[in-house]
Amino acid sequence: MKFSRLARLACLLVLGMPLAACQRNETAASWQLTDISGHMPDLAFQLTNDQGKAVTAADYRGKVALLYFGYTHCPDVCPLTLAHLHVVMQKLGKLAEGTQILFVSVDPQRDTPEALHTYVTAFDPRVVGLTGSPAEIEALTKRYRAAFSREPGKASDSYEVSHSSGIYIFDAGGKARLLATPDDAQDKLVHDLYLLLSAGGTP
Amino acid sequence: MKPGMLLLWLMPLLPPQVQATQADQIKASHAWIRLLPANLPAAGYVTLDNQGSSAATLVSARSAFYASVMLHQSATDTTGSSSMRMLDRLTVPAHGEVSLAPAGYHLMLQEATHPFKPGETIDITLDFADGSHLRVPFSVRPANAPD
Repeated sequence: MKFSRLARLACLLVLGMPLAACQRNETAASWQLTDISGHMPDLAFQLTNDQGKAVTAADYRGKVALLYFGYTHCPDVCPLTLAHLHVVMQKLGKLAEGTQILFVSVDPQRDTPEALHTYVTAFDPRVVGLTGSPAEIEALTKRYRAAFSREPGKASDSYEVSHSSGIYIFDAGGKARLLATPDDAQDKLVHDLYLLLSAGGTP
Repeated sequence: MKPGMLLLWLMPLLPPQVQATQADQIKASHAWIRLLPANLPAAGYVTLDNQGSSAATLVSARSAFYASVMLHQSATDTTGSSSMRMLDRLTVPAHGEVSLAPAGYHLMLQEATHPFKPGETIDITLDFADGSHLRVPFSVRPANAPD
């Protein structure tokens, strides 16, 4: 019948393309986020975690790390990003155990380990809050060109912070791999993290 | 007398050309607050649908449950740097819609009178340029609520 021949042709055309795409090997082309491999330094820092303990990047080796800069007096973009990451963790299911979300405060004056702990655990128990001396924080933001600035607010004791909104993703070996923005769909993050995690986090 | 006749009789008694206020024209929906711990500043979101034939301009907002309510806008510049700025006003065009939604316009809510719980409803009053007001119930949602 003419109809069925047409339908078969359509199926071939439509399904043929993804098949061809699948045959390409799973490398740079298959990432949905921005590939920053080789363009950003390895994960390295000396900070204090939300339990008040001194930590370094080595403490998180072996896990895919998601590094995000923010601060607790940030009512809109930071909570949105952390809420998205919470959903991403849920979607990853068991694979989420191989990831570590690191929320680095760019407002160490106000963000004590206790304040950070209360904040990050409101989103997901798997998020670790990190703070440190202004110099330590500045060193880390400079390392990833995540500029931030502080502007005086309306009230005398208040100020507002502008900060980089990117999520830097490192593989289990601490190599910078991908950059996500808060605008990127959760599914893109899930897709790429799935690839990174199923590859054991190393290329 | 038929009810319709009564209405006809009363019609001339109504003031001519009753002008709807800006608040009357606005239908508010999807009003919610993302609750943050430790009395940190929180954000309120709402969709404003202007069903009138003239613009409505939001000039301020207030609540008995917060010491301060400010109209803010988050913006991300080309370098990916995110910041907030305060707005004096926000216009909802005639027959148009403006969403206060995450990573854009929002009400910045500071110093709650007492700790809230997800599921509670908090009233926030929106003030419009013509002096009219709209009281909107906002539902309190947990910090990690998806938008």
